[in-house]
Amino acid sequence: MKRVALFVPLVVFAILTLFLLKGLERDPTELPSALVGESFPIFTLPSLGDEQRLLTERDLGSRVVLVNVWATWCFACRIEHPMLNQLAAQGVNIIGLNYKDQNDKALQWLEQKGNPYLFNIVDANGILGFDLGVTGAPETYLVDASGTIRYRRVGVVDQRIWDEEIKDLYQQLIGEAD
Amino acid sequence: MPVYFLKLLLTASLLILPLAFSERSELLASTEVVEFSDPQLRKRYYQLVQELRCPKCQNQNLADSNAPISKDMKAQIYSMLEAKNTDDEIKQHLVSRYSEFVLYRPEVNTNTWFLWFAPLCLVFVGVFIVWRYAFAGGRAQSNIKSDTAVLTDKQQQQLSQLLGEDDNS
Repeated sequence: MKRVALFVPLVVFAILTLFLLKGLERDPTELPSALVGESFPIFTLPSLGDEQRLLTERDLGSRVVLVNVWATWCFACRIEHPMLNQLAAQGVNIIGLNYKDQNDKALQWLEQKGNPYLFNIVDANGILGFDLGVTGAPETYLVDASGTIRYRRVGVVDQRIWDEEIKDLYQQLIGEAD
Repeated sequence: MPVYFLKLLLTASLLILPLAFSERSELLASTEVVEFSDPQLRKRYYQLVQELRCPKCQNQNLADSNAPISKDMKAQIYSMLEAKNTDDEIKQHLVSRYSEFVLYRPEVNTNTWFLWFAPLCLVFVGVFIVWRYAFAGGRAQSNIKSDTAVLTDKQQQQLSQLLGEDDNS
């Protein structure tokens, strides 16, 4: 009995080591999202390029969409943009959320770099961004046909993220919608 | 004389320098000064921004952070305070958007019970170990006394044999 007790510190050490090793693999900047599984927040905001037209959450439609939060001041969005163009060319529905940006700059950006978006929501004051829990740009949300947020990506969506994290879920949601 | 004067000047400026900085930091802080209709709200505001965490910048509270998102959150807290929301409602409003990450003092639930109660458990374990050692130590000593008293000659012989074996090995 005494001998078994001698191993207690070793066991405790082993457990602690495993626990800390697992901690090393975690990305501390990755936050749990409060909105996955929730409905897309309600909003009424103008459309980019046609400010008279007011968009609401109903404009997302009964389809699977990616909602991409972007801005011209956001450097990483520059890196992400070609990937969005590519996805749009493959038929993925992408809706832009132009976050705390200036309309003329945003329009110029789309003219120069191509426009992968079905339409863009102008969120100059970050109201919708706040309700979405946006902490910066770029961020991307996958919304299913019933308007429920199913996935959130903080940061750039590149080929690897698309292949590993989004593609299968996207196909599955398309399947559910049909 | 001019050298003495320069020294005096230098000392004086070194003494004044910290004051100049404190003046400056007050000026910097004053850009964030918020006016409340009720001084009580101001107290609650400072409590909340101290206790809520910026979701963009790791390990900074809203009060310390200059990130655009914390400015938005501070503005939201301000308007909710003025709209007579309770502290809990405000926290809930932020948690429902930015998850529990924003709470520096997380609520007790299935995810956080370990965080809350582990220190208390460790204290109990420590007390138990100390108590056991103190108690068991006393008992062991008294055992030795009584054991030596009841050792028969045969047992004594066996004992020396065993100890002898140990020495040889």
